[in-house]
Amino acid sequence: MWTGLDFVRRSILRSLDRNAALGNLRSTARLNGGDGVLDIITRFLSTQPPALLWGLAGVGGVLALGAVIAGLLTVTRPGKDFTELRQRIFSWVIMIGLLAAALLAGWQATVLLFMVVSFIALREFLSLAPTRREDRLIILAAYLSIPVNYAFVALDIYGIYLVLIPVYAFLITPWLMAVIGQTRGYLSSVAMFHWGLMTCIYNIGYVAFLMRTSDADLPAGAAGLVFFLLVATEFNDVAQYVWGKLLGRHKIIPRVSPNKTWEGFIGGWITTAALIWFAGPLFTPLEGPGLAIVAAVLPVAGFAGDVTMSAIKRDIGVKDTSHLIPGHGGILDRIDSLTFTAPIYFHLLAFFALETF
Amino acid sequence: MIRWLRWLLLLLIVRPIARFMTGADVTGREHLPLKGPAIVAANHNSHMDTLLLLSIFPSRAVMRVRPAAAADYFLKDPVIGWFSRNMIGIVPVARDRVASGEDVLAPAREALAAGDIIVVFPEGTRGDATDEMARLKSGVARLAEAFPDAPVTPVWIQGAGRVLPKGEVIPVPMNCAVLVGEPLHWHGRRTEFMDGLRDALLRLKEQAPPLRWS
Repeated sequence: MWTGLDFVRRSILRSLDRNAALGNLRSTARLNGGDGVLDIITRFLSTQPPALLWGLAGVGGVLALGAVIAGLLTVTRPGKDFTELRQRIFSWVIMIGLLAAALLAGWQATVLLFMVVSFIALREFLSLAPTRREDRLIILAAYLSIPVNYAFVALDIYGIYLVLIPVYAFLITPWLMAVIGQTRGYLSSVAMFHWGLMTCIYNIGYVAFLMRTSDADLPAGAAGLVFFLLVATEFNDVAQYVWGKLLGRHKIIPRVSPNKTWEGFIGGWITTAALIWFAGPLFTPLEGPGLAIVAAVLPVAGFAGDVTMSAIKRDIGVKDTSHLIPGHGGILDRIDSLTFTAPIYFHLLAFFALETF
Repeated sequence: MIRWLRWLLLLLIVRPIARFMTGADVTGREHLPLKGPAIVAANHNSHMDTLLLLSIFPSRAVMRVRPAAAADYFLKDPVIGWFSRNMIGIVPVARDRVASGEDVLAPAREALAAGDIIVVFPEGTRGDATDEMARLKSGVARLAEAFPDAPVTPVWIQGAGRVLPKGEVIPVPMNCAVLVGEPLHWHGRRTEFMDGLRDALLRLKEQAPPLRWS
């Protein structure tokens, strides 16, 4: 595994030697008593698991390819408008850049990032769902449960994390509402808050909790676990879309998602399962039956998350949950699959491969 | 000096707070005027409206943006008054002196003459969060008449009344859709202009996501 990184480091050093200007920069920095910027970067990267670096580089390569294709399309087909495609790719660059930075910076940054994701997602959800003036206090309490939830991720107390939202926020929310004395539409309001807390905070929090796994025995560190979950989830979204576009004939649930087809679902399932089966061992400690179950289940979970969020959006009467991410919609549109895949991936990992949990 | 302090406050404090509280989900940003004289006319349900509108202008234009605000409300207290004038940059409108025949729009006209972008809330006061639009007052038409070249940009802000309703003290973060419409121009008739503005605002409201708030 380390030979890959040595190759990266050697090629960086080689290109440095070839480049006189950069070489001078490096020696000037040395004379000033410090290391060159590139030395610092190289040393930082050498502390990272090589599989993670190669994985990030691979995703960057795919994005670059996408950007080139979008550029070519814009130039060769001037009649058509590719603004949305360009926006989509640009937004991917930003999202993947943020994520890569957080993963390389360590668990603290990743926990912070997903705390922000939880907040924006919950704000989107509560803004679309039916709420009442009397609920403002409950809404505030729901936001306050975000730092509490992630505090237990930061403190690495898995036992409390497991029950905090599903049991205690579950009980406190309806109790607070009763105390306020608002009983109009009580049960449906309670259910609405429960849904928001579970999907936006608890399920997304699992992504951050993966970062608290000890790096020993992991082929690409804790960050590799998170990276692989996100790649598999988003790859599944894209693969279902592409297969649906290529072969889609038979609608799978026309009343919820009219564009989804059996061909897209099964095509995405097989492609993502293959990706998980072949790339899984590079990033996770999964093997044999555990790996097979993750490969079989994760694509279905992603599909389920997508469809469930579509049903909610259809009920509310919106196409996108906001315009936060140009070309994608809101943050909930982007993480809908993840709200299902994150807990399942975590639990399967914990059951089959991770001693910690 | 105070002008630069205002600029820093708007960019470093007001903008992050407004984004945190409202998500500032803007559509039609390209319609916003970047130089004055120009008028922005928005519906009004919350103090958050002013902060939100100040936060959606690009940093090169924000110095020019001046919200018109009730003198009887914001200039009562000397400290709040100083802050409103110099930091938020309000143009005072003495609502309570309309009856006395005083020209209450004089400060707004001066600001327009100086090339500022005036933000007005033609409903005259904050409504409730259900986003019903109240009757529009015609002050905005008189400003447009005085500056016929100034574009009047309609803006519909949805849901700011949920973040901070009238009478509440604690703001609660909720997404607000901000829909900026194509600018209107003065064509010489007050009632026609006001009808046009009202229609433009209601059309923007129709494009907003449904507001489930009761």
